[in-house]
Amino acid sequence: MSTLTHAVALTVGSSIGKKALVAVTGAVLAGFVLGHMIGNLLIFAGPDAINEYGHLLQTMLHGMGVWVARIGLLACTVVHVVLTVQLTRENRAARPGRYGYDATIQATRSSRTMIFSGLTLLAFIVYHLMHFTLRVGNEYATYKTTLHGEQVHDVYRMVIDGFSWWPASVFYLIAMAMLCSHLSHGVSSMFQTLGLSTPRTMGTFRMVGRAYAALIFGGNAFIVLAVWFKWVH
Amino acid sequence: MSTIMLDAKIPAGPLAQKWTRHKQESKLINPANKRKFTVLVVGSGLAGASAAATLSELGYKVKCFCYQDSARRAHSIAAQGGINAAKNYQNDGDSVHRLFYDTIKGGDFRAREANVYRLAEVSSAIIDQCVAQGVPLAREYGGLLANRSFGGSQVSRTFYARGQTGQQLLLGAYSALSKEIARGNVQMFPRTEMLELVVVEGHAKGIVVRDMVSGEVTVHAADAVLLATGGYGNVFYLSTNAKGCNTTAIWRAHKKGALFANPCYTQIHPTCIPVSGDYQSKLTLMSESLRNDGRVWVPKKKEDCGKHPSEIPEDARDYYLERKYPSYGNLAPRDISSRSAKEACDEGRGVGPGGLGVYLDFADAIERYGKDRAGGRELPQAELQRLGKEVVAEKYGNLFEMYEQITGESGYERPMRIYPAVHYTMGGLWVDYNLMSNLPGLFVLGEANFSDHGANRLGASALMQGLADGYFVIPTTIAPYLATQKPGSVTTGHGAFREAAEAVNVRTKKMLDIRGKRSVDSFHRELGLLMWDECGMARSDEGLRRALARLPELREEFWNNVTVPGSGTDVNQELEKAGRLADFLEFGELMCIDALHREESCGGHFRVEHQYTKDDEAKKLGQAGEARRNDEAFTYVAAWEYTGDIARSILHKEPLQFEEAHLAVRSYV
Amino acid sequence: MPSLFRNFYLKTSMARTLNLHLKIWRQPGPDAGGWFQEIEASEIPETASFLEMLDIVNQKLISVSGDPVVFDHDCREGICGTCGMVINGVPHGPQRGTTTCQLHMRTFNDGDTIWIEPFRAKAFPIIKDLMVNRSGFDRIMAAGGFISVRTGAAQDANALPISKEAADSSMDAAECIGCGACVASCKNASAMLFTAAKAGQFNMLPQGQPEKHRRVLGMVKTMDEAGFGNCTNQYECEAACPKRIGVRWISKLNRDYTLAVVHDTLLAPVGKGGGEG
Repeated sequence: MSTLTHAVALTVGSSIGKKALVAVTGAVLAGFVLGHMIGNLLIFAGPDAINEYGHLLQTMLHGMGVWVARIGLLACTVVHVVLTVQLTRENRAARPGRYGYDATIQATRSSRTMIFSGLTLLAFIVYHLMHFTLRVGNEYATYKTTLHGEQVHDVYRMVIDGFSWWPASVFYLIAMAMLCSHLSHGVSSMFQTLGLSTPRTMGTFRMVGRAYAALIFGGNAFIVLAVWFKWVH
Repeated sequence: MSTIMLDAKIPAGPLAQKWTRHKQESKLINPANKRKFTVLVVGSGLAGASAAATLSELGYKVKCFCYQDSARRAHSIAAQGGINAAKNYQNDGDSVHRLFYDTIKGGDFRAREANVYRLAEVSSAIIDQCVAQGVPLAREYGGLLANRSFGGSQVSRTFYARGQTGQQLLLGAYSALSKEIARGNVQMFPRTEMLELVVVEGHAKGIVVRDMVSGEVTVHAADAVLLATGGYGNVFYLSTNAKGCNTTAIWRAHKKGALFANPCYTQIHPTCIPVSGDYQSKLTLMSESLRNDGRVWVPKKKEDCGKHPSEIPEDARDYYLERKYPSYGNLAPRDISSRSAKEACDEGRGVGPGGLGVYLDFADAIERYGKDRAGGRELPQAELQRLGKEVVAEKYGNLFEMYEQITGESGYERPMRIYPAVHYTMGGLWVDYNLMSNLPGLFVLGEANFSDHGANRLGASALMQGLADGYFVIPTTIAPYLATQKPGSVTTGHGAFREAAEAVNVRTKKMLDIRGKRSVDSFHRELGLLMWDECGMARSDEGLRRALARLPELREEFWNNVTVPGSGTDVNQELEKAGRLADFLEFGELMCIDALHREESCGGHFRVEHQYTKDDEAKKLGQAGEARRNDEAFTYVAAWEYTGDIARSILHKEPLQFEEAHLAVRSYV
Repeated sequence: MPSLFRNFYLKTSMARTLNLHLKIWRQPGPDAGGWFQEIEASEIPETASFLEMLDIVNQKLISVSGDPVVFDHDCREGICGTCGMVINGVPHGPQRGTTTCQLHMRTFNDGDTIWIEPFRAKAFPIIKDLMVNRSGFDRIMAAGGFISVRTGAAQDANALPISKEAADSSMDAAECIGCGACVASCKNASAMLFTAAKAGQFNMLPQGQPEKHRRVLGMVKTMDEAGFGNCTNQYECEAACPKRIGVRWISKLNRDYTLAVVHDTLLAPVGKGGGEG
């Protein structure tokens, strides 16, 4: 066990180690966000496509797959949130006095609001899970449809009904804006923190981060708009 | 009255074998005993840091003091150009003997042969050591070390790290020091200034220091004291030294009995950025490596001085160094280049504000390098210029940047303006071959001693000397002294410590109590101006006597009319400055006395009465206007003893014998 | 003999001057409270450096029995790293790649208000006014910022060829002057750029390899213990660095740290110790 405790001390016990864990968990979450979005975009392929996709996720590995993913994502989220909150507290302690004249030279707005965008996202995730996964306070659990002669959950109708309620979709759009901001700094930052960026790749990674953030925002927002403007119904 | 006998303790035998023999014959101290000895090192520049680190590696307990907030900030850090070593990596005929000879000749035959030879001998090991420490010296594509040439030599033996060689070498020494601090064997005292030397029964056994944050005055006892506190250039107020550089440590030691040697030898560096106004607080040097590619000129006619340089055609320009010294050209030694610039300006041909500047022009170098890069291709002029500027930027980019920051002008677009400034002081405390002063137990290293550069130091030799003294000389030469001492025999309980600390406190209180009308800086500026006028680039009997009459008056006024605000019990930068200035005011007098007594011109000491005339030139004795030495009368080190009254300082002479180098007129024609 | 400087003073007395409104942080000691003192600085020559402007202000303060402003400075040529203050919210002021001592007043305009503050960080306690204690940097260096080679033990300098790229790159990092602007500019007061540059200099070179893992672990640990914050990749440090040290060094330190952890926990041979007898 000494190897393990040593490793823990060098990671969780050090600034760079903690950030590396934040980067790795962030990478998993960022990857999930992309997969999630691609799945959701199946809504444009019609009710059957997205319902089949939903059914596949539920039944994968005899129903175990979704739980493995959920536990993994939950763990990543917990680590990501706990460590960033801890890092933020340390950072605030490291700079007790504020400057009388506050200036920023080149730090981006998104980089300076990571904890804000992150915590907003956390709140959104809780809401989002209650809305669509736990289906608290709605009837979505009863939405059923028939696919290849089998009765499955009607994801398609759930999404349309979910976003037809404007407060939910507005919150959703705000959260996506936060996610966009979070990713535009977070993705390129991840490469830096893991030591993967070099002078030659740094610019590229920065572009990749922004493009990735824009893609996620665009894709997800498009679904909401499509529901609003009844492109899908 | 005086009983001091100067014994340089130069080892016997042929020059080339003296150091090897000396090392073999020196006493050693066994490892178990080394840890019982404590050595105080004052100063953490190249000499101090390298000595502290190396002595600690050997096992001695070391305490190291510096006035800066970190050992890494000592002013060695500002040396730009490079460090010499007789490696002969360029296969251009360099050797230990040639480096020795260049240094002796560069010093105008006023240095001790044995010391200089040893310096040349250990020069190679310094480079090895620094590279092993991770100092990123410049390299060629093949992975081997690169060299450049430097003023006063015809071989390429200078190693460099961009324009920041001093910084890199100091960081190397500082890293070695950090390693020993981590090991717990060196105790570091930053923001701590030495204010007094403690002498017990004729031996240097401790120091009194002031903590510059708390104001607390404490004493430290040891078996030996090493001073590596740099030079006294700030006596001129404006110099290329850091603001904090001072003579206090060596001056206090002098007043406690250590002889001060050759204080009049000061080096004026030719390539500094000209003064821009009376608020000016310091002068900034640009590495003279610039002279490798830059051409120095002034207009031939006074009337052209106000014109933009591009409006002055080639034939109206006087490339005076190339004209007067065809074989060395723009690489003539520092003293000669400086004096030539002064002459041109005195003739009214200086350029820039105040007419106190000469041009350093890179136009030709840019064109030449542009063509080199083009490699025979026919390219448009603009493209050649761009390529040429690229090469120049690669070599000197940071210097050009610095120049632009200070002057607001680009050196690529128009010639830089340069003017000489006080830069280095060759004089210092007298030491023997072992770097020990006449006070047993007091060792003096680097610029603080007088030993290796004679009357003029060649470029890239200061770094070499500082590191030679610290890494390679003192670790050997301290042992014979320590071997005669019982470790820890003197403690701070001795009455001499109490007395010395009391003297410091009294002095501090006295300065704080004056509450006069003039600020410390205003006195320092006046002192600087006086020294620059009368004891600067050119000195005369009349002028020196004027200065000698004025200095005691100025001192008197200082002690009656200076204002030092605040108290002595916390940070008080005015108090620090006042203490240093009080010592400069005394030291300046000794400097003028030495300059007045040395009735000759040599190296950094130029007496207007002693220069070659047109007649001498006709007789082929020397070039008119050049420094004229008087070897019959002055081939000696002038070591001054303090007697309680500076005006009555006693001169001791250490005759210089030249066995290998033959006294010759230093000609760079 | 003509007085060169005196002639000079007469001729340059007409340089353009500025009148400035200064707000300077005054704090008598580490534990005392601080405040902004408002000072009118008049007729400041534009050719003066920023520190020379403060010299002029101090001379005036002294002449009216005031308390001169304490600030760190030494070489005044941009290399010792002693000076450093935050000018209008930016360490070393508005000009990129410039130390405070090399910042010249021509950068400012007549009538400007200038805020002058000390570097603020828990790890850099204020000593007095604008002077701070940066000894944390020295402790980081003592934790591994060196190559353990004894004096005299070195081989010939050319026995180990080092590619020009590696040497140049190492030099890029080695140019760090340890002024602390990176810490001052960082909203987290992180010392990553300093530590990364110092470790990176040695880690780039073959001589630095034997101690690489040890160096990185030691320096990072000491950095954390000194109370500096964490890097959140905002790169303010790079923009504030007077020597333009790039954040690529931080990436390298992150990489080297990860490798060191892997090495230290999994790969390092388990020795029996001893061997000095």
